[in-house]
Amino acid sequence: MTDVNKRNQLWIAFRAAFPFTVPIFAGFVFLGIAYGIFMHSLGFSAIYPILMSLTIFAGSMEFVAANLLLISFNPLNALFLTLMVNARHLFYGISMLEKYRGFGKKKLYMIFGLCDESFSINCTVDVPKNIDKGWFMFFVTLLNHTYWVIGATIGGVFGSLVKFRTEGLDFVMTALFVVIFIEQWMKEKKHHSALVGLGLSTACLIIFGGNNFILPAMIAILGVLTLIRKPLEKVEVSPT
Amino acid sequence: MTMNLTQQIITIAMVVLGTMLTRFLPFIVFPSGKPTPNYVQYLGKMLPSAVIGLLVIYCFKDVNLLYGSHGFPEFIAVAVVAFLHFWKKKMLLSIAGGTIVYMVLVQLVF
Repeated sequence: MTDVNKRNQLWIAFRAAFPFTVPIFAGFVFLGIAYGIFMHSLGFSAIYPILMSLTIFAGSMEFVAANLLLISFNPLNALFLTLMVNARHLFYGISMLEKYRGFGKKKLYMIFGLCDESFSINCTVDVPKNIDKGWFMFFVTLLNHTYWVIGATIGGVFGSLVKFRTEGLDFVMTALFVVIFIEQWMKEKKHHSALVGLGLSTACLIIFGGNNFILPAMIAILGVLTLIRKPLEKVEVSPT
Repeated sequence: MTMNLTQQIITIAMVVLGTMLTRFLPFIVFPSGKPTPNYVQYLGKMLPSAVIGLLVIYCFKDVNLLYGSHGFPEFIAVAVVAFLHFWKKKMLLSIAGGTIVYMVLVQLVF
């Protein structure tokens, strides 16, 4: 492929990826600003939210990490807490094993940036045939990462100045996941998995409460999906 | 601050390490050169819908049905998102519509 051709391909993939990331732009810039302001209010200079948003890139964990920096030094505690809070990423990786296959070096960055939002877009979207799938997914990841860093930077630098009525804007993330759930629902013929995820998560949220439900929900989902594998594969004839 | 700069850097590095472990582990354990076990392939097929369901519920983790607004703004706004999406099937419209309704509800109504 010639250079011009390649640049064209990249540009086409970028333009195709961008619209999918617009809601995430709104959500990440807003949440990023909130995170930057939060760090500012704890007495950290702007360099902290900037570097942490760049390197950690896991929203809820960055809020937790801010608190970790304020208590006494305990690196192992920090590591284990991170593993627990981010354990859901394991599921994203397993879901993307096949989809990220054969993307070469850029795959490393795509795994590094595999956040909730990049996962849900890249795993449900049907990339049009004329667009390079790898670059499309790469740009989704890169754009989302960029938005988050921009938000954290604005919040960290101008933290004390920002005063506008944005209450409720963070709902944009909920709306995004609801839309992606509906899209996925309409695409699939059988809804076992979607119902298992929705039902067990709700049950675990009620039983364990908002701060502790993710791990039990993941274990329950794994357990039930494993239990229904045999009966499901009996009725399913499709080889894909 | 209770930590010095080196301790802060180590703490942040641990959080980075933990996050990267959770992201890279599946790809390290099941490299693309080797065949992935059938069970893991099955999970890879089934998990996406389940995890997106989990993410939807995750967004409601701080909603309390017993106090305050009883989750009314959240449920109304989700209904708006779903209605717009089944009707027009335009991702940005559904998201923007639902978010604006939610902002109006929490700022002016509840």
